[in-house]
Amino acid sequence: MSTVPRFWRHIPQRYNLVGTHCSKCDEYYYPPRTICPNCRRNAKMEDHKFKGLGTVVTYTTIYNATDDFKRQTPYNLAIIELLEGPRLTGQVICSPSEIEIGMKVKPVFRILGKEGDRGIIYYGTKFVPVEGSI
Amino acid sequence: MPAGIVSYGVYIPKYRIRAEEIARVWGEREDMAQNLNVFEKSVPDFDEDAVTIAVEATRNAVKRASIDSARIGAIYTGSESHPYAVKPTGTIVGEAIGVDHELTAADFEFACKAGTAAVQACLGLVTANLIDLGLAIGTDTSQGAPGDALEYTAAAGAAAYLIGRENLAAEIEGFYSFTTDTPDFWRREGMPYPEHGGRFTGEPGYFKHVTSATRGLLKKMKTIPEDYDYAVFHQPNGKFPVRVAGQLGFSRDQIEPGLVVPWIGNTYSGSSLIGLAATLDVARPGERIFLASFGSGAGSDAFSIRVCDGIEDIRDRAPKVRDYFENVQYLDYAVYAKHKGKLRL
Ligand SMILES: [Zn+2]
Repeated sequence: MSTVPRFWRHIPQRYNLVGTHCSKCDEYYYPPRTICPNCRRNAKMEDHKFKGLGTVVTYTTIYNATDDFKRQTPYNLAIIELLEGPRLTGQVICSPSEIEIGMKVKPVFRILGKEGDRGIIYYGTKFVPVEGSI
Repeated sequence: MPAGIVSYGVYIPKYRIRAEEIARVWGEREDMAQNLNVFEKSVPDFDEDAVTIAVEATRNAVKRASIDSARIGAIYTGSESHPYAVKPTGTIVGEAIGVDHELTAADFEFACKAGTAAVQACLGLVTANLIDLGLAIGTDTSQGAPGDALEYTAAAGAAAYLIGRENLAAEIEGFYSFTTDTPDFWRREGMPYPEHGGRFTGEPGYFKHVTSATRGLLKKMKTIPEDYDYAVFHQPNGKFPVRVAGQLGFSRDQIEPGLVVPWIGNTYSGSSLIGLAATLDVARPGERIFLASFGSGAGSDAFSIRVCDGIEDIRDRAPKVRDYFENVQYLDYAVYAKHKGKLRL
């Protein structure tokens, strides 16, 4: 149960890719940071909602997963560089033969995981190829 | 003061299974698709449920009219496949579209008509000037037991409507509802698949309620079927809406733009509202649309809708219903069963 409060705190960043932006040095952060490492005490941090458009930097395809994710295999985990700069890890929903480095992706709202049959359902952002998506 | 639809959005998952593939597995007659007038149905992805597809439909509605989500004062979500028994779908949808937290919300259940009941609730609050905008959603990822007749039609889809008083895309001129205690279809708490009364339930269920609500509204509005350019009736299969339209004096041409069930299946709470969206996708200002939902149990909500000038400004700014008919991916029964987690035979 200890993961529930952690998930709850992360809802804005998981549902809507809310990170931060330092208006002093124009650097974007995801996950959000409270302190800008460039500017330290002079930082001017504000919340920033990322559009979620990005590019696949690298990826791996998972063929063997734990019970909770077995039904979804094979699936693609990728490092995605957002338009604004930050990189994050996310699932790209397409066949393993379709994914490639440099692929443009956009965000979708999906189930990230479930705590068994009785626990909480974790929702959040995954990605789909821009090409061929509605 | 007129009130109605400020914006609308839909979402239909990209996977499909053909009726003939289901018939092949169960050794049924191949003309099953013809008999039901349902050729394929949508199937949700592993990580999609009634919440995620409601979020996608709502994001499309918000985008279509560039709505500031903070204006939304109520979220009512109709579904019979809410992922939680206790924990409202509307709370998750609200957070995912960035609402202000000064907001009322509740989940509605009335088989396939909970979405139109949500529209009525929003209309009441908006017309009474108690809220600025209301969000009404119909969303379902429904299941039929393997081999059951329902398996040919039970599909996934969502529609979201923003109801308000200003910048209307379509005015809701009036509604009329007809409700009785009729056990034509039900699912007990904790059971994975619904039960139904079999073939005979069409007459006392669907046909009696849809015709009663329709005739009631025509009388109340002092209108006749010819006064409407389009009509949408709930689509549990492709036969019922065609037959009920004929019985009531509506033509095949009037229902054609909104008849989407042959290509996506029965999206339950999404069904009549996706049909309405498909009609709004093509309707011109000044045209009138007749809408009647149906929910087993049983009841029907009928609406008289007049399309406003605002439709032209917003229509092309979000995906249309028929955009979701493109780029679909077909599944065979084995993969489909994996998608649906169909292990309980
Ligand atoms: Zn900085």
